[in-house]
Amino acid sequence: MPDRPHRVALFVTCLVDQFAPSVARGTLQVLERVGLRAEVPGGQTCCGQPLLNDGFPDQAARLARRWVETFEPFDAVVAPSGSCVATVREFYPRVLAGSPWEGRARAVAQRTYELSEFLVRVLGVEDVGARFPHRVALHASCHQLRSLGAADCARAVLRRVAGLELVDLAHPEACCGFGGVFSVKFPEVSEAMLRDKLQDVSATTAEVLVSTDLGCLLHLAGGLSRKGVRLRCLHLAEVLGGS
Amino acid sequence: MSPSAAGFREASARAVLDPALREAIRRVTDNLAVRRVQVTAELPHFDVLRDRAKRIKEHTLANLDRYLEQLEAAVRARGGHVHWARDAEEAAACVVRICREAGARRVVKSKSMVTEEVELNRALLEAGIEPVETDLGEFVVQISGDRPSHLIAPIIHKRREDVAELFRRHLGTPADAPVPVLTAAARAHLRQAFLQADVGITGANFLVAETGTVVLVENEGNARMVTSLPRVHVAVAGIEKVLPRLADLAVFLPLLVRSATGQRLSAYVSLLTGPRGPGERDGPDAFHLVLVDNGRSRVLADPELREALQCVRCSACLNVCPVYERAGGHAYGSVYSGPIGAVLTPALTGGRGLVDLPFASSLCGACRDVCPVRIDIPGMLVALRARAGQTAEARWERRAARVAAWLLCRPRLYRWASVAARVLEPVVRRVPVGALRRWARGRDLPRLSPTPFHRAARR
Ligand code: SF4
Repeated sequence: MPDRPHRVALFVTCLVDQFAPSVARGTLQVLERVGLRAEVPGGQTCCGQPLLNDGFPDQAARLARRWVETFEPFDAVVAPSGSCVATVREFYPRVLAGSPWEGRARAVAQRTYELSEFLVRVLGVEDVGARFPHRVALHASCHQLRSLGAADCARAVLRRVAGLELVDLAHPEACCGFGGVFSVKFPEVSEAMLRDKLQDVSATTAEVLVSTDLGCLLHLAGGLSRKGVRLRCLHLAEVLGGS
Repeated sequence: MSPSAAGFREASARAVLDPALREAIRRVTDNLAVRRVQVTAELPHFDVLRDRAKRIKEHTLANLDRYLEQLEAAVRARGGHVHWARDAEEAAACVVRICREAGARRVVKSKSMVTEEVELNRALLEAGIEPVETDLGEFVVQISGDRPSHLIAPIIHKRREDVAELFRRHLGTPADAPVPVLTAAARAHLRQAFLQADVGITGANFLVAETGTVVLVENEGNARMVTSLPRVHVAVAGIEKVLPRLADLAVFLPLLVRSATGQRLSAYVSLLTGPRGPGERDGPDAFHLVLVDNGRSRVLADPELREALQCVRCSACLNVCPVYERAGGHAYGSVYSGPIGAVLTPALTGGRGLVDLPFASSLCGACRDVCPVRIDIPGMLVALRARAGQTAEARWERRAARVAAWLLCRPRLYRWASVAARVLEPVVRRVPVGALRRWARGRDLPRLSPTPFHRAARR
């Protein structure tokens, strides 16, 4: 396990900033509970993933350079998103390849973590002292699951939340059909994937659907509310932070 | 390979309305995927094999010219003929010429994707030569004038009733015939074809440079008939199929078979080296190997896409792909479908399907996880998207991306723009346009929070 970092930064992510500030607040609260006062660098906006996945790596690279500059002074960067962390880790070195930025990006990417991954793998903490007396189904994002290999971290911290009962999905590894640009280029296929995911959730006794990524969560929530299904959707940080 | 410029959206939208198609695909792919998991888990060193395979492929592709020359020399030394085809036309013409020289009227074929790729059957028919597909699935594809929709299960999209009806019309079986009756009818029909054919055409799963060997992996035994009954055997293969040494098969056979059908070993593995030699009892009088480029050397010269040439066509990536499962193979508009097809089609053709295929993925990464040679399919899809971003079709998106990046690089301005977005939100919600409208088809639009986090934090 890496050393316990001193200076920790929160990367809020653009979706959280715009759609769910409570996720950022939850993250800060969780970190505080484990004894870390995270800073929120003012220059941050977006990691650039949407631009990259839309086919504009040069534009994404502009954001990547900014991001690296903003976060490299810190010992660790924590984000409430497996997807953004995967972008920093997997794609920053590629979009910045061949420039001095590549090495800088690799260095800071090594210290960048998704929230539950940070708790479990860096701090060695599973129990953050949260309480949430509900039955919860977890949708770890595909990036959380496959790029970071950290779906088990999210599960581990949820299991230690007081009162929380984690119910199993039949296909926890199935994509919810979001995929950013994919969901609007091919809405029919995306919706078909979403339908199956929601069916899987509905077949359980879950009262709350929790995800590690706001992108997936907004997609799932949009599908649920369109179907008129009342099921709370919460981000992992909101559950752990108990906001 | 019928072209499909902006075809994926339409075709996939149609496919999702067909629950029977989805069910048919899922039954097969789930079964294959489950068996793959079982038999790969049995091998404690499976991941070691994957790494080994990756290194062998990287090495071979880096020295492809050398291994191809070695292969050619080895095949010649065993009395075979080697032909080089630059593109699809040359490949098809070459096979037609070989058939003509052999005086062939009828040829039998075993399953081969590359002959689909070069549209060999069409060329043969135009030359007055009748090809008969002898793989059961490909036979069904042929008699129904269809196209394969999966790498190893070509008629995955057909229901059993569809096949029964086809057989009733073509082979005279009863409409309600059970599967064994259908397969028996096909077998009887194909046996005649085997006996009458002058030339047998196969693909190749692997080519061994060291020995000049063609390796065929199959379960029906038809490829063995195709290569032993007719006088002439023609193997058609992409240049990337070469492996340096016979011993490399010890790595690739278990990887391919376990990843493809979830078997421990396929029912038949044929290693064919040259025509029948003096004193040998079986085998053709003549053996021809047609090595097809058809875009492969372009891919080889492309550092971002080169990895696609490592594909052994096992179909594991298709079987776990949520998009393939719902869109079906035909939506990809190419013989190569699924995640690897979305890479191969634009890569091999220098851009066909570029505007839609690279986007036909949620980038969930399931393909990369299962690929026996660890091909980074999502990474290549993202690389291809970057090329799509440079096309004329994407000029508006390109402009929008430039503006977005400009704004996102100016945090203060961005925070102000966030406020403006909240003013505009009610209008946009009422009349969503463009991407928002496509989102709102089946999903409610998310609501912006009244105050963005960064703004609230500053207060
Ligand atoms: S890309 Fe990999 S998983 Fe897909 S068919 Fe090729 S070898 Fe198999």
